[in-house]
Amino acid sequence: MKYIDEFRDGDGARHIAANIAAEVRPDVAYNFMEFCGGHTHAISRYGIADMLPANVRMIHGPGCPVCVLPIGRVDLAIRLALEQGVMLCTYGDTMRVPASDGLSLIKAKARGADIRMVYSAADALKLAEQNPDREVVFFAIGFETTTPPTALVIRDAAARAVKNFSVLCCHVLTPSAITHILESAEVRQLGTVPIDGFIGPAHVSIIIGSQPYEHFAEEYRKPVVITGFEPLDVMQGILMLVRQVNAGRSVVENEFSRVVTRDGNLAAQNLVSQVFELRESFEWRGLGEVPYSALKIRPAFAEWDAERKFDLHYASVPDHKQCECGAILRGVKRPQDCKLFGTVCTPESPMGSCMVSNEGACAAHYSYGRFRDIAVVAA
Amino acid sequence: MCLAIPARVVELLPALRAVVDLAGVRKEVSIDLVDDAQVGDYVIIHVGYAIGKIDPEEAERTLALFAELAQAEEEGQP
Amino acid sequence: MTMTTPKKNYLRPIDFKHGHIDMTHGAGGRAAAQLVDELFARAFDNEYLRQGHDGALLPFPTNGRLVMATDGHVISPLFFPGGDIGCLSVHGTVNDVAMSGAKPLYLAASFILEEGFALADLKRIVESMAAAAREAGIPIVTGDTKVVEKGKGDGVFISTTGVGVAPDGLCIDGRQARAGDVILVSGTIGEHGVAVMSLRESLEFETAIESDTAALHTLVQAMLQALPDPTALHVLRDPTRGGLATTLNEIATQSQVGMVIEEALIPVLPQVEAACELLGLDPLYVANEGKLIAICAPEVADQLLAAMRAHPLGLGAQRIGTVTQDAHCFVQMNTRFGGRRVVDWLSGEQLPRIC
Repeated sequence: MKYIDEFRDGDGARHIAANIAAEVRPDVAYNFMEFCGGHTHAISRYGIADMLPANVRMIHGPGCPVCVLPIGRVDLAIRLALEQGVMLCTYGDTMRVPASDGLSLIKAKARGADIRMVYSAADALKLAEQNPDREVVFFAIGFETTTPPTALVIRDAAARAVKNFSVLCCHVLTPSAITHILESAEVRQLGTVPIDGFIGPAHVSIIIGSQPYEHFAEEYRKPVVITGFEPLDVMQGILMLVRQVNAGRSVVENEFSRVVTRDGNLAAQNLVSQVFELRESFEWRGLGEVPYSALKIRPAFAEWDAERKFDLHYASVPDHKQCECGAILRGVKRPQDCKLFGTVCTPESPMGSCMVSNEGACAAHYSYGRFRDIAVVAA
Repeated sequence: MCLAIPARVVELLPALRAVVDLAGVRKEVSIDLVDDAQVGDYVIIHVGYAIGKIDPEEAERTLALFAELAQAEEEGQP
Repeated sequence: MTMTTPKKNYLRPIDFKHGHIDMTHGAGGRAAAQLVDELFARAFDNEYLRQGHDGALLPFPTNGRLVMATDGHVISPLFFPGGDIGCLSVHGTVNDVAMSGAKPLYLAASFILEEGFALADLKRIVESMAAAAREAGIPIVTGDTKVVEKGKGDGVFISTTGVGVAPDGLCIDGRQARAGDVILVSGTIGEHGVAVMSLRESLEFETAIESDTAALHTLVQAMLQALPDPTALHVLRDPTRGGLATTLNEIATQSQVGMVIEEALIPVLPQVEAACELLGLDPLYVANEGKLIAICAPEVADQLLAAMRAHPLGLGAQRIGTVTQDAHCFVQMNTRFGGRRVVDWLSGEQLPRIC
């Protein structure tokens, strides 16, 4: 597969690993946060942690839209399906997120809710057109990468006057989340979560460009390297961060230059601003209320806004008392530090979203890394 | 994250759609967000939409960077 | 004026082109008997079925041990590239019997049909089953048909049971893997799951990938015959639902051992890899219906591999790893980068994802 295989070459990875080992200063601790869940997944899946020197530590950030989706939002979707009989269309990622009353979308489906898994937002609109006597709601989650497709679908629904279609918008924004982490007590004051640099999101950056990150580099003096998702990209991104730290620099660099530009995809950005506007505040699971961090549908498209159409009111629902998802999403604790990890909370019976999503820190650690917590003796 | 994958445009279709090919697997996608995509271009596909295009020269440059030797500390970063 | 003589025992032949299943087909009366006669008996025809009893009277070898296996098939869609629920139900049960090292002898098939199901589709499925059974050399000797009301079935559910004979002296089961054993796979993985998914609404993609559904009993016999001491073959299992990864985990837990496999050695077709990339799936967890995993003593690994590769269903056989001593029963994988990670059980169904 072109533009994939070359970036997964084992020899290439070992070469970059050798470079990293040669360039790190032995007396310095390097703590880098990979914001995006995709990077968390790549690091786990390819065993990249094994190839880094001991003084380079990767901290998993909250860039997993499923992980940060609060229970209350999933409840809204479930209630629409169970109580209002809508056809609720959703991406596969949300199906198992545990919500209130022991329910999840997949469990609600077992109770008779009409929940349809779709690969694309366009499929949800198609279902609405094929079923004119049903109300169809699309549960829209995701960061900036996934937002333009939702915008397109709303625009098309309006253009084609599809009255029985609406969107429950839970799109969130990356830069706000990064700011929030950098402003958090643990990072700013207590210094308990040292972050020396960021591995910046790959595909979000295709849309928003590298420009929005320049602010973090300047104001918080943290280097940012926008990095592709293939393992060689990740390793090179880490090497570039190491070099910046060594040189005392903090600028935005773009490792993923084959797709990401400084301006990003302007057509996509324009479309998004036509259809959506900023919410003043939005609750993120584990981070609490984060200002200007999420989108809602503009009044011009009110007819396709499920929150208005069904008069939905968001109610915050607290996590399980012992669930440490919040601390884990902020990089304050590790999955192993959570009392529920691996006992009550497993991929089969997730208690919190970090375990549900494939790339949540807990799921990644459980699936790929927990054997490191226990001494394993190979024959 | 965003699960997105580079695939080659093999056919343009009406209404800003295209057929892309990934190692012999074909899928119909929207090119609404990358409307200047041409047959032969590699686009990044996310949830059935092309969201960006690969610049082949930058890709080569990146691969060359990977193969570089370790830098001595005194040298600045390019 | 003459009276027309009534035609004796006239039964209008079933319209397989345009007809549908209705409740009378399961009622045990004439319509049901006619369906059995004109469709099932005709397609599956063999001397035992012709006995016409509720149960078939079958000769059975006096040596060896009886092996029995059963499988329910609820797959949707019913027809997919490379196969259908019919041949799948034959292959699945034949394989389950064969995984004990047994020679499958007879099959039974039970159908639960949904009211309204098209007879044309049913005929296609039954004929496919008959062809699969004939090709495997295993007769379907008895069966049953029931009909459920519309909305209570998915077209058709098929349940098959198979019996076979395992020679004395063999000891092939999930508890027999030992530290030091070699793990082999008979060919490329992930084709069946991808072929079925390519038809699922909203995941449509075009691919030449076909299900690998096949009866593996002759491959198993070839493997056993190639070994001077067949007890050197410890485990056989077909990695169906949950894929290679889940099956290896099952065996590891049953045998109380660990495993280490090599990512670079696991055979996957490029198109299967590509389709999995598109959907965010991992080929290790995708179902196979025509492949087997073999775990054997290290001394016979080369011989066994050669025997597999000499058989049409084992051409792509590969050695993929070894069994280790591990109290935690982890299945670990050396990644292409020289890193190591755990290959865990599948939790729930693998769903295509955006993240």
